[in-house]
Amino acid sequence: MAGSAAQSIARSWFSAPDVSRRRLATSEPFWVRAVLIALALAFFGLFLLLPLAAVFAEAFKKGWSAYAAGVVHPDALAAIKLTLLVAATAVPLNLVFGVAAAWAIAKFEFRGKQLLTTLIDLPFSVSPVISGLIYILLFGAQGWFGPLLETYDVKIVFAVPGIVLATVFVTFPFVARELIPLMQAQGSDEEEASVVLGASGWTTFRTVTLPNIKWGLLYGVILCNARAMGEFGAVSVVSGHIRGLTNTLPLQVEILYNEYNFVAAFAVASLLALLALLTLGVKSFIEWRTARAGSGGNSGQQNQFIERGQP
Amino acid sequence: MASIALAAPAPQARRGFSTLLKRKHSVLPGFSLALGYSVIYLALVVLIPLAAVFLKSSTLGWEGFWNATTQPRVLASFKLSFGASLIAAAINVVFGLIFAWVLVRYRFPGKRLIDALIDLPFALPTAVAGIALATLYANNGWVGSVLAPLGVEVAYTPLGVLVALVFIGLPFVVRTVQPVLEDLEAEVEEAAACLGANRWQTFSKVIVPYLTPALLTGFALAFARAVGEYGSVIFIAGNMPMVSEIMPLMIITKLEQYDYAGATAIAVVMLIASFVLLLLINVLQAWTQRSHQRI
Repeated sequence: MAGSAAQSIARSWFSAPDVSRRRLATSEPFWVRAVLIALALAFFGLFLLLPLAAVFAEAFKKGWSAYAAGVVHPDALAAIKLTLLVAATAVPLNLVFGVAAAWAIAKFEFRGKQLLTTLIDLPFSVSPVISGLIYILLFGAQGWFGPLLETYDVKIVFAVPGIVLATVFVTFPFVARELIPLMQAQGSDEEEASVVLGASGWTTFRTVTLPNIKWGLLYGVILCNARAMGEFGAVSVVSGHIRGLTNTLPLQVEILYNEYNFVAAFAVASLLALLALLTLGVKSFIEWRTARAGSGGNSGQQNQFIERGQP
Repeated sequence: MASIALAAPAPQARRGFSTLLKRKHSVLPGFSLALGYSVIYLALVVLIPLAAVFLKSSTLGWEGFWNATTQPRVLASFKLSFGASLIAAAINVVFGLIFAWVLVRYRFPGKRLIDALIDLPFALPTAVAGIALATLYANNGWVGSVLAPLGVEVAYTPLGVLVALVFIGLPFVVRTVQPVLEDLEAEVEEAAACLGANRWQTFSKVIVPYLTPALLTGFALAFARAVGEYGSVIFIAGNMPMVSEIMPLMIITKLEQYDYAGATAIAVVMLIASFVLLLLINVLQAWTQRSHQRI
């Protein structure tokens, strides 16, 4: 009968692994499994899929030409350019730091190592708004260095340097956090062999360490980049919102939205949503790749994403 | 490590920097350069700017600090931020456990997609999430138009704040619980079943205690994130004074009034809260690892 056929299809779909026919003592009854999966799917649809779909639906509400007009508007193009510039500055800075910190922490034993590791994580526990505020307190007109900067006519806050600084702060731990556990798990035997055989430190790093950490490095860099391009709170505090000059993509989204220019706001937002999807795609690919290669140090990779924060 | 240092003292006298910090000799080069660069960069980018917040607030004096943080509007924002974050983190624990459970244990269509998209709240810029949620839950939005006839208003109310915080907090619990659940050996549950426990008893007496440290860690991570969250909340919150203003927004409001000292005082309260949470999370994670090894 149709009902039982549907039920058997459902059973084979919503089954626990290895228990498609008979129920084991260590699995749940069919109705429990079905209810739990239904709850998860409903929550997933409501809280994750709908917002994502809404971005694209709103962006294309008035058709392709309205969408394109929103994206190629000079202010939007200026925001794209600034966002790329900020990411292109902040990511390499934190990349170099991440490699240096991971080299020191993973390859050597020294006093204060645990403290250093904890301090590197600090920016993730600071609210984005505070991450912007600290640079206002330092470089703003009333700040510590305010008078000095004014004398030399250097602008940091409400200008591009402030945006870069705030972005560097919020993306600070990404690469280091990724590399430290990976390099610790790999140990330093290979590097020591290389150095003992006469290779220089740089050659050792380039030919021994780098090939070992390349996926972890890439993982850290794409997360760092996603956050750098998508950061809103911190950048919003230091930017001053000057159209065409100090507006990054997320700030442009905010301005357009507050002007009730919804199609343009969502058109620009759709670019950032695509970036997010691309980031998740590359992330899944790296996880699949490292899981398949079975190389050390990636078992906790998903878990580490957690402490790393987000845009 | 101390025993290693005693057993095998560094063969030659090291330079000052290394003698101070380095306990174990290594043939690898670059220690001083790598550590020196890391520490200086950390100090310049993170530590000195953060210290500025505390120094600035100390100029307020105790009384000024108290006055700045106990204004009714500021207190209302504390209450909303901490309250909504607590509820959101609790909701995330329940649904995070369900997600981790079905992703680890069951097979169903769309599972891989869900597993990949769970991290969406991390990857999606908060401003984008904010305007999307505000549009969905507005009275004419996809979800809002369904809820409005039932008399439930989400957008521009404290409920909207809660929705945004649930959105951004979910992955923290899922990704903390998932690997721990994956590592739970089937033998443990089989033993419970052999000893006569039914499935619910096994779940509540064996699995939940095993998962408790991970669930608490996920709760603390989601809560910490929610307290500081700005972008995804402000669009849906409506930002009415005394009703739906969150703490980070109060900082922005004070800054816009050029009340830097007032903004800093609120920031200090938030920073202390997040440092306490950071400490708590470290303790919880150590506990998770221990109970992980036990089973």
